[in-house]
Amino acid sequence: MKHRTFFWFFLPTGLAMLLFIAAPIVSVVIQSVTAQHEPVLITVETCTPFSCTEETTIDQEATRELREARPLGRFVGLDIYLDRGHLAVAEVAEAWRTSDSIGAFFSELGDLPFYRAIGFTLTYTFTVTPLLIILGMAIALAVNTLTQKLKGIVIFFSLLPMIVTPLVGSLIMFWMIDNRGVLGNFLSWLVNDPDLSVKASTPLMWIALIVYGVWHSAPFAFVVFYAGLQTLPEDQIEASQIDGATRWQQVRYIVVPHLMPLVTFVALIQLMDNFRVFEPIVGFNASAHATSLSWIIFNDMGGETRQLSAAAATSVLTILGVAILLSPVLVRTWRDFKGKM
Amino acid sequence: MASSALRAPLSLRVLTKGFIIFWLILAAFPFIWTLWGSFKVELDFFSIADWTNALTGANTERTHGSPFTGAGYEGAWVQEEFWRSVINTFIVCFFVVCTSLTIGTLGGYALSRSGYRYTFWLLITALIFRAMPPITLVSGYLLPFFEWNVWGILPTTIIVLVAINQPFTLWMLHSFFQNIPKELDESAKVDGCTQFQAFRLVIVPVMWPGVITTGLFSFLLAYNDFAVTSMLLSESNRTMVPAIAAFLGTTQTEGNVMFAVAAVVSATAPLFVLVMFFQRQIVSGLTAGAVKG
Repeated sequence: MKHRTFFWFFLPTGLAMLLFIAAPIVSVVIQSVTAQHEPVLITVETCTPFSCTEETTIDQEATRELREARPLGRFVGLDIYLDRGHLAVAEVAEAWRTSDSIGAFFSELGDLPFYRAIGFTLTYTFTVTPLLIILGMAIALAVNTLTQKLKGIVIFFSLLPMIVTPLVGSLIMFWMIDNRGVLGNFLSWLVNDPDLSVKASTPLMWIALIVYGVWHSAPFAFVVFYAGLQTLPEDQIEASQIDGATRWQQVRYIVVPHLMPLVTFVALIQLMDNFRVFEPIVGFNASAHATSLSWIIFNDMGGETRQLSAAAATSVLTILGVAILLSPVLVRTWRDFKGKM
Repeated sequence: MASSALRAPLSLRVLTKGFIIFWLILAAFPFIWTLWGSFKVELDFFSIADWTNALTGANTERTHGSPFTGAGYEGAWVQEEFWRSVINTFIVCFFVVCTSLTIGTLGGYALSRSGYRYTFWLLITALIFRAMPPITLVSGYLLPFFEWNVWGILPTTIIVLVAINQPFTLWMLHSFFQNIPKELDESAKVDGCTQFQAFRLVIVPVMWPGVITTGLFSFLLAYNDFAVTSMLLSESNRTMVPAIAAFLGTTQTEGNVMFAVAAVVSATAPLFVLVMFFQRQIVSGLTAGAVKG
C-alpha cells in the first residue's frame, strides 16, 4: 500500500486517538505541574486619627483577571507530586526517622492516602491474577471432559460474570454479602457470630474484593485456556500414555507446558486490568477499608471541589505504574515482530 | 480419548462433575438470586430475621397481597425515570459502535495491508493506549470541555468512548484482516480498482464475521463504562451505569434500595440476551488475540 493511501485510510482513527488519548495525556502532565493561581492579596492601610491598621483582603477583580489571562495556573514543578496526598516525601522521611521498627514504619505509611491505595492496588493485582489463572485452568480442564451439548450451556453461564458491567456485578455481590443478605447470613451462621459484618471489617472487605475480582475475571482465563486445549498435541498424549504416564503426569508435563504461552498472555493482560481496579470499590462502598489509585483519581475529580491538579498527578503516577507492568508485553511484541521480519 | 480403556476412573469423573456444578452455582447463582429478589420488598431481600423470607416473600405478601411485586421496577422506571438513562445508554452504544467500527475498519485494513515499519510502531502505540486506564485521561478532558462548553452532553461522551475504543478495535480488526488473503484485493487492483474500490467491493462483503465480533466488544465497552460516563455526563444525560451509582447515594437515605436492585436487573438483562445470541462470537473474539499471538 502506498504511503498516501495508507494516510487517508488511517486518518480518522489516528486523529481520534491523537485528539482524545494523546492530547489528554499531555494535558494531564501539564495539569499535574500547575496549580490554580493564589488569590491576589492587597494590603490596605486605614488610618484613623489615633492609629493605623493594616488590612489584607483578596482583590477579587485582579484574581479573576489573572486567572483568565493564564487559565492554566501557575507552574509549581513537582510540588503536587511531593505533597501529602501523593508521594508525601516529607511525611515518609519523618516516619522513617521516628519509627523504631519496619512494621511501625509501614503502618505509618498506611495512613498516607497514596501509599494506602498503592498497598491495596498491588495486593489486589498480585493475588487476583494467579488465583484467576488457577481457577480458569481448573474450569477449562473440567469442561473439556464434558459432552458437546453440555459444553455450550456451561460456557454460557461461565461468560456471565465477565460480561456483566463491573459496577453492576459488584453491587450484586455486595447485596449478597450484606449482613442481611443471603451470603452474609450464611457466613455469620458458619462462624456462629450473629454480629459478623463484612462491611465493618477491613480484612473481610479485602477478601470480598479479591473474591469478586477472581469471580469477574476467571471466565476470561477459562475461555482462553479452553481454546488452547482444543489444539492439544494428541500424539504426545498417546505416547505418554504408552509410557505409563498417570493422568496427573499428563496434565503436569504435556497440557500445562502446551498452555504456557496462553498463561503468560492471560497473566500480562490481567495484571494490567487488575491494576486499574476501581468499580468494585465503588460498588462495595469499600473506600473506608480499601482504596485504589483509580479510586483516588475519581474521588479527587468528583464532588464540588474538582481537584484537577491532584487528580492529574495521581493519573501520571498510575500511568507510570501501568508502564512498568506493560514493559514485558512490549518486549514480547518486539521479539515477535523481529521474528517475523 | 474416546476409547473406554482410557476413561477416567469414577472418582475423578465425580470430582470433575462436582467441580463444574460448583462453578456453575458460583457463576449463575448471584444473578438468579438478585433477579428473584428484585420482585420482593426490601424486608424480604435483606432479611435479618430469616433468610428464607427472600424465597417465600412473606413480607411481600403482607404488603402487596402476593409473593411477587413490581414495586421496585415501578419505582425505578417511573418514579426515578430510569427509562431516560436506558434511552441514553442505547443512543451512546449505537453511535459508539457504528463510528468506531467505521473508522476502525478503515484503519485496521490499512494496517494489515501496509508492509512498512511504521505500521508496527502504530500498533505498539495503540497497545500502550489500550493499557492506559481511561480514568487517568478524564482529568485531561474536563478543563477543555468546560472551556468549550461541551461538557455533559451525549455527543462528547460518544466521541471520547469511540477514541478510547480505537486501540482495541484496531488490534482486533488488524489481526482479522490479516487472515483475509492479500491476493483478493491485489487481483482487484490488477483489474483496475483503486485501493478504496478494492476495499469496498472485495473486502467489505467478506469482512462481516470479524466486524460483528469486534462490534460486540465495542458495545460492551460503551455499555459497561463507568469512569468516563460518570465524569463526563450531566445529571440529566446520565446513562444507566452512572444512574445506578447515583441511586445508591439517594436510596440509602430514603430506604428504597429495591429501586437500585430493579435497575441493576434491568441493566443486566440486555447483556444476558447478548451472550445468548452471540456466545460463539464472544468466545472467538476473546481467543483471537491469545491463540494467534
